Amino acid sequence: MNNYIIKRLFLTIPTVFGVVTLVFLVIHFIPGDPVEIMLGETASQTDKAKLRADLGLDLPVFTQYFRFLSNLIQGDLGTSFYFRQPAFELIMIRLPATIELSLGALAVALIISVPLGIFSAVRQYSYIDQGSLFLALFGVSMPNFWLGPLLIIVFSINLGWLPVSGRGDIFNLILPAITLGSSMAAILTRMIRSSLLDTLKEEYIKTARAKGLPEPIILFKHALRNALLPVVTILGLQFGSLLAGSIITETIFSWPGIGRLTIQAIVSRDYPLVQVCVMAIALGYVFINLLTDLVYAWIDPRIKYE
Amino acid sequence: MPKTKNIFIIIGITIVITLFLLSGFASLISPYNPTEQNLYERLQEPGLSHLLGQDSLGRDILSRIIYGSRVSLKVGFLTIFISGIIGTLIGSVAGYYGGRIDRILMQTCDIFLAFPGLLMAITLIAILGPGLDNVIFALCIMGWVSFARLVRGQILSLKNLDYIQAAVACGISDLRIILKHLLPNLMTPIIVHSTFGMAGAIVAEAGLSFLGLGIQPPETSWGMMLSEGRKFLLIAPHMTTFPGLAIMIVVLGLNLLGDGLRDKFDTKTT
Repeated sequence: MNNYIIKRLFLTIPTVFGVVTLVFLVIHFIPGDPVEIMLGETASQTDKAKLRADLGLDLPVFTQYFRFLSNLIQGDLGTSFYFRQPAFELIMIRLPATIELSLGALAVALIISVPLGIFSAVRQYSYIDQGSLFLALFGVSMPNFWLGPLLIIVFSINLGWLPVSGRGDIFNLILPAITLGSSMAAILTRMIRSSLLDTLKEEYIKTARAKGLPEPIILFKHALRNALLPVVTILGLQFGSLLAGSIITETIFSWPGIGRLTIQAIVSRDYPLVQVCVMAIALGYVFINLLTDLVYAWIDPRIKYE
Repeated sequence: MPKTKNIFIIIGITIVITLFLLSGFASLISPYNPTEQNLYERLQEPGLSHLLGQDSLGRDILSRIIYGSRVSLKVGFLTIFISGIIGTLIGSVAGYYGGRIDRILMQTCDIFLAFPGLLMAITLIAILGPGLDNVIFALCIMGWVSFARLVRGQILSLKNLDYIQAAVACGISDLRIILKHLLPNLMTPIIVHSTFGMAGAIVAEAGLSFLGLGIQPPETSWGMMLSEGRKFLLIAPHMTTFPGLAIMIVVLGLNLLGDGLRDKFDTKTT
């Protein structure tokens, strides 16, 4: 297991390097002058030259790149032009809020998808199965930037049960978590159903039935454990996607996370902060995928021996 | 179950055709000019004269939804067309030649895939600025990767078949083999993937417009309408409800069509 972990960690290094390089390339090679975007077209040439020098944009590209990597390794992520604070501090202040929202969405997704997926598989072609498949299709098709306002209309405005926006106690988390977790719930429901259906056709399940084991034991002790293996992979990928999905959800509910910070940085044309926010979310995604692989190897011993 | 698959395809095709018709005949179908303002009738609820109500500037919501279908169709179709061509080209080269070329191209794909969802598109638009062309460009930059991986995987499984080996033995050029013998057999999975991709592109454009990074006035976009409606949720929820419903119906239709086509052409389940 240790060898597998070490090997997997080593394989992550080129991906991290690639992500960081891609962020740099995108921001430096896309047409357009970031200094002009930040200061506006009416700024004087002197101001533009000063900002260009401050940001190191007057240096050759390779020098900028190595300076960028060097600062990154030392933990210097630059200073936000708009907030006048180190970008790293801004990210760390908002990170707990994004993690809280992502975990809430994950909890919503699992609470909905696991029982629904299991029931659909066990009662295939029943009305509940057909209904859950259609509901899953709706969940995947419904954009979260529509679902969020709809939930606000129903539960906050009309019924007055839940707050409209902001971060606070558990009641503040419910609507954003449902908004962010709904599409993940839809995907997981279909995945669990499909995986469990395949598992229930396996020979060892037929053997278990032939031995006279009760159906709940067959389902929960034998089938489900194996059926959830591919679901773990999807779960990891989807959880990573939640980080990007949080950008829209945090904007809808004024949730003070990294996603909302990213939009604020874009709107205020805070080029250093945009770079750092994008890198933080992308690297978070890479490490969640790494964690998923490690958990998968821990669950399935066959992976370690391959 | 086979009847269900056919129903899915029929519903999906119906919705997609409706989208095309709305887009193509918008000027004939639309009851009002989508940019015509009437400040005396701001935020009016749905009624007989304005079936879906009016927005904060008194503009007819139904007309704006009809004209907004043009943006959705344009973004969805162009994104899939361009990223499909790029991805198919790259995937074909990677799958057919293999070796170092394949490794380099797939590692490039992996790096792009390390960016979740909309993140790269948002980053690009932050640099390029908002607008329809930049949205399409940004979505294409991310969209080609899934096509490349799909085509590569399919070509890997097809290139060792006897008829391809026979073509190689006959001295047919690699380009001709790829274009005439391999790609025609990939059209089904590419078409299925394209329907899902188009749904994704439409949602992505709407999401970017919702964040203010996509389509800009005076053009009309469903996402932009949702963003405008959010400010008036308390007093005019219809501003948010109907554009969102339009997005959901179109995306549902494309997903149903994709699901139905995939199930219909999947030889394991037929």
